[in-house]
Amino acid sequence: MQPHIIEFITVGFGLVLLMFEAFSNGNKSRIGLIAAGGLAVILAMLFCPAPEGYAVPGWMERFYGDSAVARFYKIIAVVSTILVLLMAVDFHKVLSKFTTGDDTGSGTGEFYCLPVFACAGLMWMASARDLVSIFVALELVTITFYVMVAYMRRNVGSVEAGVKYLILGALSTGFLVYGIAWIYGSLGTTDVSLFTSVLAEGKFNHTYLLFGIALILIALGFKVGAVPMQLWIPDVYQGAPTPVTAYLSVASKAAGFLVLMTIIEPFLAADATSSSVTLILLVMTGATLVYGNLSAISQSNFKRLLAYSSIAHAGFLLMGVASVGFTAVSFYLGTYLLMTFAAFYVLALIRAEEESDEIDAFDGLGTRNPVLAIALTIAMAALAGVPLTAGFWGKFLIFKSAITAEVSWWLIGIAFVSVAAGFYYYLKVVKAMYWNAPRNEKAIAVPTITMVVLAALTIAIVFLGVYPQPILDLLR
Amino acid sequence: MDLLLLPALILIPLVAGVAILLGAPAQRTALAAAVLNVAASLYPLITYWKTQCDCWDWGFQVLSNPEINLRLGFASGASAVMLALSVIVTLAAVHSGKCPEGRERLWYSSSLFIAAGAIGAFLSSDVFFFYAFHELALIPTFLMIGILGRGDRKATAWKITIYLAFGSIVLLAGLILAVTQMPSWSIADLTAAPRHQNEIALLLIIGFGTLVSLFPFHSWAASAYASAPAPVAMLHAGVLKKFGLYGLLVIGMKVAPDGMLHWLPWICVLLLGNIIWVGLVTINQKRLDLMLGNSSVMHMGYIFLAVAALSANPENSIAEPAAVLLMFAHGISIALLFSLASVIERKTGTLEISQLGGLAKTAPALAFVFGLAGMASIGLPGLANFAGEIMVFFAGFADWKPADGLGWVQVTTIIALWGVVLGAVYMLRAYRNTFQGPLVKATESASDIGLSEKIPTYFLAATLLVVGVYPHIILQFL
Repeated sequence: MQPHIIEFITVGFGLVLLMFEAFSNGNKSRIGLIAAGGLAVILAMLFCPAPEGYAVPGWMERFYGDSAVARFYKIIAVVSTILVLLMAVDFHKVLSKFTTGDDTGSGTGEFYCLPVFACAGLMWMASARDLVSIFVALELVTITFYVMVAYMRRNVGSVEAGVKYLILGALSTGFLVYGIAWIYGSLGTTDVSLFTSVLAEGKFNHTYLLFGIALILIALGFKVGAVPMQLWIPDVYQGAPTPVTAYLSVASKAAGFLVLMTIIEPFLAADATSSSVTLILLVMTGATLVYGNLSAISQSNFKRLLAYSSIAHAGFLLMGVASVGFTAVSFYLGTYLLMTFAAFYVLALIRAEEESDEIDAFDGLGTRNPVLAIALTIAMAALAGVPLTAGFWGKFLIFKSAITAEVSWWLIGIAFVSVAAGFYYYLKVVKAMYWNAPRNEKAIAVPTITMVVLAALTIAIVFLGVYPQPILDLLR
Repeated sequence: MDLLLLPALILIPLVAGVAILLGAPAQRTALAAAVLNVAASLYPLITYWKTQCDCWDWGFQVLSNPEINLRLGFASGASAVMLALSVIVTLAAVHSGKCPEGRERLWYSSSLFIAAGAIGAFLSSDVFFFYAFHELALIPTFLMIGILGRGDRKATAWKITIYLAFGSIVLLAGLILAVTQMPSWSIADLTAAPRHQNEIALLLIIGFGTLVSLFPFHSWAASAYASAPAPVAMLHAGVLKKFGLYGLLVIGMKVAPDGMLHWLPWICVLLLGNIIWVGLVTINQKRLDLMLGNSSVMHMGYIFLAVAALSANPENSIAEPAAVLLMFAHGISIALLFSLASVIERKTGTLEISQLGGLAKTAPALAFVFGLAGMASIGLPGLANFAGEIMVFFAGFADWKPADGLGWVQVTTIIALWGVVLGAVYMLRAYRNTFQGPLVKATESASDIGLSEKIPTYFLAATLLVVGVYPHIILQFL
């Protein structure tokens, strides 16, 4: 299968799905299952090797690249979209309640089609090699997200989150375009693959270029949830439908980091810009780690806890970017997908059961459903970075690249303290599940899809915790 | 085929723990796993004891860049001794304590997970998994203290979590800083790090020191053991706490010998904090479990003294065997004491020393074994700890020439000797107030230990006696 065809197939599949949705009636959640099935086929295509001697067609060469890393991020995009769709299927009652106002689910069809388009955007972003194509792909994803975040129109929180995301997202788009313009003005090209040679020639205005880079870093800081553009995260995460929150947390962040690494790599490698760019990244890293962790400690709402912790994770990832540990960053994002989705699956279930996202809604889960509690314990341990879970390897490799690169001992110190803080707030959830008395004795039934997905994610977290090589193989 | 015995030693408790969570009969499965582990460890231990061969090396690569292997084997003789300690204490631990009604699954599976983590750590001959397996044991410890602990269990569980998480992170920083300068992560290949030795040594001393409860990072330990259910106290104080000392001996001394020497004065001052300060604190304890917890913290000071002696002179041939022998002896004796304290609480309903008395009249067997373990713990000749302690003191003066004058280690050893007196004061006083004198309300109807309690306690007591009389059985490994 020719790699570039797969994105077109994804868009086509999304359009067919929309048509199907328009002519179907009744409960629309089966569209989610069809969408997930279709994406599973697309995932299989991604694993098929490209034909012998394959090269990107000439007309796409300028803005499209194919590599193992791009394929890795496409796999992250497709897998997370499938997981979001499956979660949305089990989440359909809540969705229905806040859209059509009943439980017929008749008006929720688009909710299952939109992620397919977002997925196509994420896949294009993984292959984008030009600032313009990066921008277009990024906007395809972001605009889809605006709709999905505000989808529960009868829920004030969701609408508020959508508006907030839209306004701040538009602002970051502005920064991005402006930054692209300054870089184009300085270097005379938007083709990222030419940056290295132009920088080597030295025929550019240093100040203008750094200004452009700073603007782009601010814009991408918004996408990945890094300080100083992190303020939208807690409210939007809390207000958005839980599957969308999970999607934002994983796929959107992964795409943001991929774009960041693609754009920033030539600047980190060039003597003229490396020290300034590294310094900006280090300051962002330190601030993000401190803000994310300190804020997460005091949260009593699980969704907000995950939101702040996602800011903290962005801090670790930024440290990887600053120390040019790109493989470590990709590795981290691969493992982050597993543990975050496991946490959100349990959260979606508890949300539907208890109608609350508060941590105390998890009280006594250990007795109400031990299997669910074990799955969440493993997910929390992985997020905290406990060894022998996949999450540990991500942090470990980031720290290893930071220590090897000797980026900044102060920052490494802050990052280590942040890990210890993470233990505290992630274990707060474990404590609620096992130490606190349950709100009621009613056992929690787990829908089949959630059960199967959770089992798969938990096994993957533990398996990759002992044997992480498969993720590294995907990156080669 | 034989080589699979080592991974089996970790897998047996792990699989048994998972099986218990999934519904297998808890106590029987745990007991079967512990017995099987003792049996499975005999062959590797005996062959290693006889030949010290490196034939017990098993592993596979889990990550290619950086190259990290899940490698199991005996990184040194200390590793074999710690394996023996782990399987013995695990067997006694699953026998000990009274599981609260309806919590059997958590109780036994957690004990097995802690055991698997400890065994995995001591068997790992790769730095990464050495660290990782230790962490595996911390989550069940946290859950067990928080759910089934005594007293202010929630606060204690948080305290232990914060301390140990902090210690682990600092340790990880030190380990990464050290091994990024090495050709591989294999413990056998570690050599002195070319750069940052002082920083590495500092991070390792704080990291390992917190896990071992080195003064002043010790305040989590006594209350944690007092709160913990019996098997957790036995496994944690008896086995898991040795991880830090073992780490300093097999990794710290290898990667940062100059750094360890640089911080030697600090190590000496801090270990005296353990021996003298914590010793005085121990005398003042009113509860038996807190007294045992503090005494355990105090005894870590002696083992640190051996580490200090080795730091001052890496050629010191007595220091490492002394440390390992004392680690083994302390592990057995403290596990036995915690197990017996749990029995006393069950029989009398209290551990307040002032509310106990005369227990030897109603429970002579209990009094005898407690006395034996207590005497062992304070270093009575003929019991295992004596051999360890005396060797530590010898190590302080090994290769010392009077003409050199007294160095840091020698002065510390002389002061540390006074700890023996402190030990005698708190242990004899606690024994007298608990077992001797007239019967009191709590003890007048207490029964003696039954057969199921006798098996693990006699097993541990016999180990103390055998090693005490013939310490060569342990020293042969080294």
